[in-house]
This record gives sequence, C-alpha cells and structure tokens, in this order.
Amino acid sequence: MKRLAKRIGAFAAACLMILVSMPIQAQAAEKGYTYTYDYWGDVQYSPDAYEVAGTFTAVDFGLENKLTSPQGLFVYKDYIYIVDTNNNRILELQRTGDTKIELVREITEFTGDVEVTTFNAPHDIAVDEDYFYIADKSNGRVLKLTKDLEYVMSFTKPTDATFDQAMEFLPHKIVIDTAGRVYCIATNVNKGLIKYEPDGTFVGFVGATPATYNFMDYIWKKIATKAQRAQMENFVPTEYDNIYIDHEGFIYTTTTNVTEVEIDNGSVDPVRRLNMMGSDILIRNGNWVICGDVWIGNAGGYSGPSLLTDVTAFENESYVVLDRNRGRLFGYDDQGNMLFAFGGSGNVDGYFRTPSAIEHMGYDLLVLDAVDCSLTLFTPTEYGNLIYEAMDLFKSGDYAGSEAAWRKVIALNGNYDLAYIGIGRALLRQQRYREAMDYFELKWDAENYSKAFQYYRKEWVEENIIWIVIVLAVIIVIPLIVGRIKKIKYEIDTADIFRR
Amino acid sequence: MLASLKKKETYTRYFKSFKFAFYCMTHPLDGYWDLTHEKRGSLAVANTILILTLVARIASLQFTSFIFNRVYWPEVNIFLYLGSIVFPLALWVVGNWALTTLFDGKARLPQIYMATCYAMLPYPLFQFPLIIFSNVVTVNEAEFYTLINTIVLIFCGIYIVVAMMQIHEYTMSKTILFTAFSIFAMLVIVFILLLFFSMISQGIAYFVSIVREILFRI
Repeated sequence: MKRLAKRIGAFAAACLMILVSMPIQAQAAEKGYTYTYDYWGDVQYSPDAYEVAGTFTAVDFGLENKLTSPQGLFVYKDYIYIVDTNNNRILELQRTGDTKIELVREITEFTGDVEVTTFNAPHDIAVDEDYFYIADKSNGRVLKLTKDLEYVMSFTKPTDATFDQAMEFLPHKIVIDTAGRVYCIATNVNKGLIKYEPDGTFVGFVGATPATYNFMDYIWKKIATKAQRAQMENFVPTEYDNIYIDHEGFIYTTTTNVTEVEIDNGSVDPVRRLNMMGSDILIRNGNWVICGDVWIGNAGGYSGPSLLTDVTAFENESYVVLDRNRGRLFGYDDQGNMLFAFGGSGNVDGYFRTPSAIEHMGYDLLVLDAVDCSLTLFTPTEYGNLIYEAMDLFKSGDYAGSEAAWRKVIALNGNYDLAYIGIGRALLRQQRYREAMDYFELKWDAENYSKAFQYYRKEWVEENIIWIVIVLAVIIVIPLIVGRIKKIKYEIDTADIFRR
Repeated sequence: MLASLKKKETYTRYFKSFKFAFYCMTHPLDGYWDLTHEKRGSLAVANTILILTLVARIASLQFTSFIFNRVYWPEVNIFLYLGSIVFPLALWVVGNWALTTLFDGKARLPQIYMATCYAMLPYPLFQFPLIIFSNVVTVNEAEFYTLINTIVLIFCGIYIVVAMMQIHEYTMSKTILFTAFSIFAMLVIVFILLLFFSMISQGIAYFVSIVREILFRI
C-alpha cells in the first residue's frame, strides 16, 4: 500500500523526469555525472562521489598485444588480477601507488600432471592465501593452482544425476569461501550456484531464484496443445550472471536476465545476497527497487532496464553494482538506499563501452571494460569519503561524529535525502528526539519519524503530567459542580418553604 | 436579498437550521424528512456545510501528519483539488434530479443539493479533530486514524442515500436502485461533456486554420 501510493505519487513526476533527464544525458560531462533519486523518484544531481584516478590499458602495463574482451577481475590485498579472456591469459598486477598500477607477471600456462596446461577462454579468477582458482571455461574445468603456477587439482563437471550430463560444463564465474569451497556459475545452468567441497566433490546446487509465473500464463499453458506449449516460455529460475563473496562469507549475485515488466511486478531480483542456506537476505528498505535506474529512458540508442552485470561489496555492507547497458555504477547502503549513481557510455575517462567487471580496493573502485579493453581506477572524492565516514562512524557507535559528517555532506549536497535521514538517526541515538523528528519529516521517513515521535511523546507526557491531570480534572469536575449548583438552585427555587 | 440580511429573524432561522443539521446526524430518517417537508433546512446552511467541507479538505492536505498524507507539492493545484469535491457534487445533484424527476421523486433540484450537503456534515465535523489526532500518532497506531476516517466516509455515504430516500419519498430498494442509476447518469454526463468539449475545440481549430490559411494566401 505504501509502495503503491509512492508509485502513483511519483508516476506523474516520472514522465516529467524522463523528459528532463534526456537532454542532460547528452551533455553529461559538465553536469549530471553523479545523481541520486529522492523520495519522489526525482533525479537529484549531486557532486561526484568518485573521480577517475587513472585508466589503464595493456600499453600502460608494457604489454605488446592489447587486452581482448577481458571478463574477470579480482583484487587480493594490493594485487589485481585481470582475466584476459580471448588472449587466454591472466595478468597479475600490483598497485604501487595511489594512481599507479604495475604488471607483476603474465600467466599463460602452468606446470603439473595434467593434459592441458594452458587456458581456453578463462572467464574468472579467485585468489586466496595460497592458491589461484581459475574458471577455465572452454576447457570445462575450474583450476586450482599454487601461486608458483603448479597444478593442484581441478573441479570438473559434476557426475551427479542432478546435473544434465548431455550438457557441456562451462564454468563462467567463481568465488571461494574461507574454507576453500568453490561456488561456480556455469553457462546454461539455472538451478543455482554449483557448490564443490574443497576436495573437489560436487555438493549440490544452492540459491536458485524462485521460479515465478503469472496466473494467466498458467491458464494458457493448461489449455495449450503440446506444440504450442513448446513454443511458450518455460517457468524456470533465472540464470545468475555474476557472483561476489563478501568478507562475512555472504554471496552477492546479480542477473541481467531481467525485463522492465518483471522488475515492476517484483518477480525478479536483479541483486540478491545469499546466506549459506542459499536464501536471499538482502535488505530492501529503500524507497526504490534495487535495480539500477528507476526511470528508464530510451534515448541515445539505449533501452530497457539496467543490466547489472557485476557487484562488489565493501566491508561496511554497502555495495556497488555495475550496469552493462548504460555503463553506470550504482552504490547502495546496507539498507538498500541508493547512495549514488554515476558513469555513462562513452570514450572519455569515467565512461564505459561495455563494462564487464567491478572490484574494490578499500573504498577505491576498479572497473574492467570488455570492449574498451581498459581498467579504470576510481577514488572517492571528499564528498564520497564523507558519506562513507558518516556511515562507518554510525556503525561504530560514534553518533555525534556521524552527525557532524552528515552535516558536512549536506553542506556539499543539500538534495541528499540520506544525509537528512542520517542526521535524524544520529540525533535519535543521541536522544535528541524533537530535532530528529524534523529531519525525518523533511525526507518523508515515517518509520524513523514514528520512532523518534514515540520517545518524544513519552517525554512530553512525563514532563507535563501535572498539567494533563489538572486539565482532565477541570474538564470532568467543572460540569459536575455546575450541575450540582444548578440542581441546588432548582431545588431552592421549587422548595415549598420559599414559595410565597 | 440585502434587505433580508438586516432582519434579525434571518439569522435566527439560519442558526436554527444549522442546529437542525446536527439533529439530522443523530436522527437521519426523521431529520431528512423534516428537511424538505417541514422546510427546516436552508440553502444558506447547505452552502456553509459545503464551504466547511472544502476548508476541511484543504486543511487536511496541509496539516494532516505526513504519515498519512504525502503531498508532492509541485503537482498540487488547489482549484483542481477543490474541484474534485465540487464537480462530482454538481454531477450528482444534476444526475439525480434528472432521473428522479421522471420517476416520481418529490424533491426539486435545490432540495437535492441541500439534502446532499446536509448529509456531508460528518466529514468536516470529524476531519478537524482527525487532523489533530493524526499529529499525535505513530505508524503503529495509524490503523485507528484510517479506521475512523473510513467510518466517517461510509457514514457520509449512508446519510446521502438516506437523505435521498426521505426527500424523494422513495422506498429503500428504489433509492438504492436510483443511486446506482444516478452514478451511471454522472458517467454519461461526463462522457457527453468530454464529447462536447472535444467537438468545440475541433470546431474552433477548424475555423482558426481556415482563417490562417486565408491570411497566408492574401
């Protein structure tokens, strides 16, 4: 109901917004690089949260042949790994300075007791203390190598009956948890993530998206003939596109297999956060669905919803998703509120052609572009750092500090809803309820407003209890007295003794 | 008209029939009967209640707590907002009169207007306390507000139906039937109005383009 009301309220604004946002996209460099949505869904332009610290291509790393359709990116400590898919190689890079990234080595083959010691279209890499895990897609295996490039073992096609044996095994994206278990997305597998034990045994599938269908489709299927049914879309779970494992061991997944209609009716979640049981625990308390752009224009040759191709999560549980369609990055906080959105399609620094992977290093962001064959390094600006600082201080319990940081954010961007709500939440924790209420009311946060108001109301009643009792007493007692006096007067007037 | 404003009995009559509006709320069947048959209602009071209703609506837009009332101010048009009461009311009165006058309804057009306005009294009466109430509740207690609000609106609806029944001297079933017909009549009127305005604008556009063409050729 609340969501519906918001949608209706914002609908008229939406039409306007799309009209307004179109011309701005065209001259994006000066204005409108970074934006957020306010309560009504209006686009509010904001100062840049991130700036480009550098764009790196193969030439910058001293390589002869340029990257060709790189797909995988991984950060381990200050090492960066790029999986150069079509060149069948992996680049190990090291970040040596704020804006400096240097090549350490180029991995094209490995040694060990295995038939094929080269890669064939590798798509992803995961790294831990001792090992590399490489999704060697066209060879149909996930390799486990030591850091000296010695073959340890490989995770191959599951022989289990739950895996369709007629199908080729094409591991696409992988993550590993702290115990060395491998979670893998394979092409054409929609049963969820393929999970292996550290010793290579296939455990099963985890975290498939719930299959959804609407009632009309179901009825049509019932009355359709077999041939017609074969033509129809199947009610199957959607395939995942990418995974990321955060420091707590929760797995973020994204899917680009979405349509505008599916996002609107909520039958598909572009971003999910899976626990060990494979159920989705992503918090969605924001005003808007976590799907990238809320209002979709069809300008400039782009159409359809944001295609979230990769995700990376910071230590503070906020995360950034990457839109392949329009080349944008969307940051969300742990509650699902949009922190910022920036980027776009183009050849300038900070714009992308077809971004394929995103990673973070501290609060810096690294984005790999598959068509532009480049790696872009973003560092947070003063504005971006203040937002992170305010959130981190709040988490660590320094509410006064968090309030101060949010106030600095407001000084930079007065249209930022989260800053007002952030101040409100910090004030609420400092027991300054009356002030907190004003901030929540300003940005339509009824839930938090009610929390503050409840305390404020209690305080007020406790302070003014004497007056309340007096007023109540007066209201009750005065009519009683008046009634009594009238009665006595009436009795006196009508009494026989006083009759003349 | 002006002369009557100077007479004292004009005011006593006004206040008497205003008080009678409250009597109608507690005794609807008896009250609405007397409204026209005993001539105890007055158009002045009906207008007052309508104005009160409009004021209550604007006040609730402005002062109801944002928990229940989220207003996108850039889109608010106060006249359209008031029109959302006045226009349906006018349609209802005309539609109802147009039908009932053909089917032995006893009330005349002003009387239908008067009775409808009298039946709307619960809305402004409860809306003002509700505005205050909305500002002292949290989202957890929001149901109370919504409940009272809904009950008031339902009562207004019931009162309108009862008022129509009494002033037209209809039976209950006939009233309900004609209420439904009146709503249908309202839709028909809206349809005809749309048709009419679109025709007129097309017609004007036609002549404007002819004149333009002539000016262009000369």
